[in-house]
Amino acid sequence: MPSTLLLSKELPSLKYVATGDRFDQTWEAPLATLLGLGRAAGADFVEFFLERVNYISCLAEDDAITSISPSLSTGAGVRVFRGKADCYVSTNDLSFSGLKAALEKGLSILGLHLPGPNAFVPEINLELLRDYASVRGKESWLSDCSSMREMGEILLSATTELNHKAKHAQSRRASYFRDWQEVLVAASDGTFARDIRLNQSVGYSLLCADGAHRSSISKRVGSTSDPAFLRGWAYSTDADEVADSAGKMLYADYVESGTYPIIMANHFGGVIFHEACGHLLETTQIERKTTPFADKKGEKIAHESLTAWDEGLSSNEFGTIDMDDEGMPAQRTLLIENGILKNFLSDRAGSMRTGHPRTGSGRRQGYTFAAASRMRNTYIAPGDYSVEDLFASVDKGIYCKKMGGGSVGATGEFNFGVEEAYLIENGKITKPLKGAILIGEAKDIMNKISMCSNDLGLAAGFCGSISGSIYVTVGQPHIKVDSITVGGR
Amino acid sequence: MPSVNEISSNAAAIAQQLGIQKYDIYGSSVDETSVQVDFGEPKQVKASNRSSVIVRVWNENNSLGVTSTTDVDAKGLELALKTAYEASHFGAKENVPDFSPEATVPIEEVNEHFPQAPVDRLIETLVQAEKQLLEAHPAIAGVPYNGLSQRDISKFYVNSEGAVRREAGSYASIYLYSKTEQEGKKPRSGGAYRMNHSLDQLDIDGCFKEAADKTISHLNYNKVKSGKYRVVFSPEAFLSLLGAFSNLFNAQSILDKQSLSTPESLGTQIASPLLSVCDDPLHPGNIAQERFDGEGTPTRQVPLITKGVLTSFLHSSGTAKRMNAQPTGNANIGAKVTVSPHFYHVSAGEPGEQHLSLETAENVIWIDDLHALHAGVNALQGSFSLPFDGWLVNKGDRVSIDSATIAGDFLSLLKSIVYVEAEEEVTPGGISPKIWVDDMSVTGE
Repeated sequence: MPSTLLLSKELPSLKYVATGDRFDQTWEAPLATLLGLGRAAGADFVEFFLERVNYISCLAEDDAITSISPSLSTGAGVRVFRGKADCYVSTNDLSFSGLKAALEKGLSILGLHLPGPNAFVPEINLELLRDYASVRGKESWLSDCSSMREMGEILLSATTELNHKAKHAQSRRASYFRDWQEVLVAASDGTFARDIRLNQSVGYSLLCADGAHRSSISKRVGSTSDPAFLRGWAYSTDADEVADSAGKMLYADYVESGTYPIIMANHFGGVIFHEACGHLLETTQIERKTTPFADKKGEKIAHESLTAWDEGLSSNEFGTIDMDDEGMPAQRTLLIENGILKNFLSDRAGSMRTGHPRTGSGRRQGYTFAAASRMRNTYIAPGDYSVEDLFASVDKGIYCKKMGGGSVGATGEFNFGVEEAYLIENGKITKPLKGAILIGEAKDIMNKISMCSNDLGLAAGFCGSISGSIYVTVGQPHIKVDSITVGGR
Repeated sequence: MPSVNEISSNAAAIAQQLGIQKYDIYGSSVDETSVQVDFGEPKQVKASNRSSVIVRVWNENNSLGVTSTTDVDAKGLELALKTAYEASHFGAKENVPDFSPEATVPIEEVNEHFPQAPVDRLIETLVQAEKQLLEAHPAIAGVPYNGLSQRDISKFYVNSEGAVRREAGSYASIYLYSKTEQEGKKPRSGGAYRMNHSLDQLDIDGCFKEAADKTISHLNYNKVKSGKYRVVFSPEAFLSLLGAFSNLFNAQSILDKQSLSTPESLGTQIASPLLSVCDDPLHPGNIAQERFDGEGTPTRQVPLITKGVLTSFLHSSGTAKRMNAQPTGNANIGAKVTVSPHFYHVSAGEPGEQHLSLETAENVIWIDDLHALHAGVNALQGSFSLPFDGWLVNKGDRVSIDSATIAGDFLSLLKSIVYVEAEEEVTPGGISPKIWVDDMSVTGE
């Protein structure tokens, strides 16, 4: 009997032999059958996301390796849509019966049931596997990464370097992780795509203390797609930077609270756009009615000096992806052009519920999360000013050189901490400040970013939201914010 | 997931084959369902059935390696044991973790799974709660964040010296977070969270009422002038701040010099005598009670601050050995064993000389909820600068505060406590009364 005329009663006896240790073409038959089963049950759309992760972290404290922790995981998530409602079921069981049980649970939650024993189960015709993992040498990425021994040696060299450079060091840490992930997406619209991702991050954390004075400075760098990343870590340069910052902040005064003009440094300064605007351009926020920009497409939402992008295409940046977690190729999405809102970031469900086109932005931490609209590499484009121009325009303000984390709430109010700050007086940096947190409202602040310099810099970061913690890039040139509330003492 | 006995016997057989003499395993399995709704319709239903184990192996040189895996069948365990053995050759050479001396001490075994409610009942319940909230005030335009979930968790610990620990429990939780829209005014929001063992026991009405009350109370808002204020922390706000600075009590952080305390801090007065704090995982108010930690050590009540004096630290078996103390049941298994609190219980210490009340106090700031603790807390410096939701209270009248932050030093805050109310509130994250603190820096306008 042709496979397209499979009877549902024959399902339990099917003997699929998908490759056990990788996701390849052999998964087509079982997944096509399960997708057909879901559609035959009455689902409007069904998607399977399969994942295998090989993760390892390593920690050096002072002059010893104190932790090497490998972690292996496999799992799958099945998403079922009926109308605009959807259901997501995840499981560790990747056998055919395990995936079928997950599908059945998802269907039943939406009030659907598998077809009766003699019903025909039409398979879904999946496209020829789009195998992004077979390009750029990804198959050998895992084996080409640093061994446990090499991880330890590099991290110990790094903490030794930091010891030479830092004054009043109370504790020195260098930490590294490697996250290797293989994914396969198959959906009832015929999507069938595979990818391998490799994300790595390494960094310092330095605590200095001198009597009652304390400073803690950290720095992380991250990379996607480069197995030799750890070997190329410029730990000596980073040690210089971390030691210098910690030394300056050790005796810093607390910032005096108030409203100031600020200049935000490039690289991780981009967290301001990420929190104050980027999240509010995700269709998830439109669905929840938690963005002030929902009906502003084509309208001016920011200062005319501001242009911003979100993309997954940069070569090795932390948010770079060849395909998103719904199997759609990554793209470059213009968010804001000269202050005008151009596009939102949309995943499949967001597109269905809001009407905005998918942008290859469906991302998730792993198989336990349904994909949602999320940022990738997000940055403010460079402007025409020099950094000197920005400083020259400030009589009294604050230079935010190194940002901490931040968040945005349901009302569009955002906040983020400043790890390293300096007072600006008459266009010059005069003294270090600590304890600053910036708060504001998205739609106000976007009109106050009045100057962008010409030195775009990107930085690796982590973004937590509805579909878990994902790797992203933030970035910007130096920017001037005309006024913002600075919390302090 | 295989049973604990199966995992235990599989691990023993595989370890023998691989020549591994010493190992332990901590694992868990979770079966959960959650729903969200959007204006009366189900938005997303999630269900998950997953399991994972962490395997530790000591090699012939007593060096430790760890691997975690979600693949808990015999093949997965074998790979995990092999990988952990490989990692053990690069493990720490000093202060290597060992089995807890209390891993085999008899404890009560609790296996308390409550029946899970059908999904349609979860949806129906949440739709009704959303509807009530939308109808509570004309300004409430949506409940953008909401969720109702139920979860069964089973955990176990076994080791090669015969320790076997198991426990299982069920939890249900609901959160409702509403948002307002009013012409010419800023959107405002408020929310509430409840947790219990099952849907039937969940205080859904209380959650709805608290979310509605908070949201409505923020409709009338104003800027507050920057300055120094007497501040009243809600139980949730104080517990979240205490949690952010928990390195004060964390023996591993202290040994790593990553704490505001040192070994010599024990016995010193670090807070007002009005304050006492303990970690109390087995308190009846703690819905998510755990009877053993990641090393199999039984949990217990640990007094941390007694009448302002730092009384003891939270320990793993390793930190206890190094600091000549007893393990406290606060360890998390790993290549490097870390320590964390379970359930803080904050209470009044010495009797206060004054009785303060929000009904009579003038111009105090009542902080209900602190935001962005991940960004605004520097736990190693002891400083914080945090946005908050709260009210300016004057003789019982409260006006919501718009866009403000509170900043300070946590150790100074502990010493500036002027009143600890008698009435304790049980929250999902701990127990605390309201805490009154003087001279806090608040930035508004």
